[in-house]
Amino acid sequence: MINMKGVTKKYPNGVTALQGIDVSIQQGEFVYVVGPSGAGKSTFIKMMYREEKPTSGRVIVNGTDLSKLKDSQVPKLRRQVGVVFQDFKLLPSLTAYENVAFALEAIEEKPAIIKKRVTEVLQLVGLKDKAKMLPSELSGGEQQRVSIARSIVNKPKVVIADEPTGNLDPDTAWDIVNIFEKINVQGTTIVMATHNRDIVNTIRRRVIAIEDGRIVRDEQRGDYGYEA
Amino acid sequence: MKPSTFRRHFRESFKNLGRNAWMSFAAVSAVTVTLLLVGVFLTVLLNLNKVATDIENDVEVRVLIALETTDAEQQALEEQLKGLPEVDSVTYSSKEQELQNLIKDLGEDFGLFKQNNPLYDVYVVKTKQPEDTAKAAKKIQQLDHVEQAVYGEQKVDRLFNLLEMSRNIGFVLSLLLLFAAMFLISNTIRMTIFARRKEIEIMRLVGATNWFIRWPFLLEGMWLGLIGSILPIAAVAVGYSYVEDFIKGHTQGHFIQPLSYFPFIWQVSGIMLLIGAFIGIWGSFMAVRRFLKV
Ligand SMILES: Nc1ncnc2c1ncn2[C@@H]1O[C@H](COP(=O)(O)OP(=O)(O)OP(=O)(O)O)[C@@H](O)[C@H]1O
Ligand SMILES: [Mg+2]
Repeated sequence: MINMKGVTKKYPNGVTALQGIDVSIQQGEFVYVVGPSGAGKSTFIKMMYREEKPTSGRVIVNGTDLSKLKDSQVPKLRRQVGVVFQDFKLLPSLTAYENVAFALEAIEEKPAIIKKRVTEVLQLVGLKDKAKMLPSELSGGEQQRVSIARSIVNKPKVVIADEPTGNLDPDTAWDIVNIFEKINVQGTTIVMATHNRDIVNTIRRRVIAIEDGRIVRDEQRGDYGYEA
Repeated sequence: MKPSTFRRHFRESFKNLGRNAWMSFAAVSAVTVTLLLVGVFLTVLLNLNKVATDIENDVEVRVLIALETTDAEQQALEEQLKGLPEVDSVTYSSKEQELQNLIKDLGEDFGLFKQNNPLYDVYVVKTKQPEDTAKAAKKIQQLDHVEQAVYGEQKVDRLFNLLEMSRNIGFVLSLLLLFAAMFLISNTIRMTIFARRKEIEIMRLVGATNWFIRWPFLLEGMWLGLIGSILPIAAVAVGYSYVEDFIKGHTQGHFIQPLSYFPFIWQVSGIMLLIGAFIGIWGSFMAVRRFLKV
């Protein structure tokens, strides 16, 4: 599903954010990416949806070699990969429903299919009743659920989340992780960078720990491993 | 493109227009001023061109008969003229008739000359082909009792200088204004792009193609250009109907005529619409290229 071989990323300002990353993630896995601040977790994740290109090495997602991918081919990749962020990235002038529908309109999906899919995913994240509300009328957790709904609305094989619970209180964070679990059970690969020790230590899954741009630990059913 | 997508781009482009109402207004005004100038310039130029071709296509040679020519000599001259192979017809016009024509064309002021008519008696010679006119005139000039043989192309040379000059001036002016208008449109679109950068970022994340992202901005630019061309087209359409009437009143029966209202007005409107749309799309294309990086 996701394969990295010898991936190094050096930013133009000279910072080396990743060094010699080798990793393989299978379809259907649920993976936590942990590590101290500035370790390179976000950079690692950005490699997977080609927000950044590796300086050297190969990144293969769903059979596509991203290091060779032309700019014009990036939209095709993005349609196979859902992304979720700490700050939700919702459009403030659109309702919850419209924010989700936006992802399908942007890839020119048929109106009938848009309606069906958006209704389905809003139901899945438990926001059917709040479909007509604006982001400003929703709590942080609800906003994040809208953004998760948006990330899965076109049925991607993998969802990548960068600290999706970073802005949320502990209870709400649990709600969000439960939704990821639900999505994972349906066969979608989940890669989630997080600082949430409780969650990592409770819902035991594969843990990839990154420090100074290197993978220092990669365990099935691992723990968070850092002091809170 | 799917119809629903097309409708979306349409909708978005209109929303954008309203969002930066003042910038849109400035850009539209710039296009309006530019196209007004272009419109006037085109009207003048095309009419000068028409005059030039009218003259070039004129088959008339006016043979001024020397003053001390007797009736018999004049008769002989007429025979000679009719004998020339290029000549189709020869008509006599006395200097009194010539003065009448002049008064009719240019106004009563010339009535002064009724006392002391400075004009010549004239043979109006028509050649069979426009291209023969110069040759025939040259031959006629050699004949006895001919003061001068005047034909259109001599006048054309001076006209061409005028034509050339107005063309150059109009061209440079229009070009400068076109660039200014394009720049303003480009700036307006840049503001829209800036206002929508979050939306654009999300579109990229969910896999929208670059063209999907570009379309609303290109359309917005096109609207700016097209809206800007409305007023100039109306101005030329109304203005030219007056100008044409005015000029026609003075050139009745003359071989030089202004361009008639139709289809001229369609052509000029079409050209102005095209220019408006073009600078709109081009201006926004530059903004999209520079600030969207797609
Ligand atoms: N666009 C960029 N340009 C230059 N340097 C960058 C850029 N993005 C990140 N870096 C640098 O790369 C290193 C890794 O950053 P990254 O954002 O991947 O860390 P992180 O593990 O996600 O940290 P955090 O837990 O705080 O989010 C840092 O030193 C950071 O300063
Ligand atoms: Mg980060």
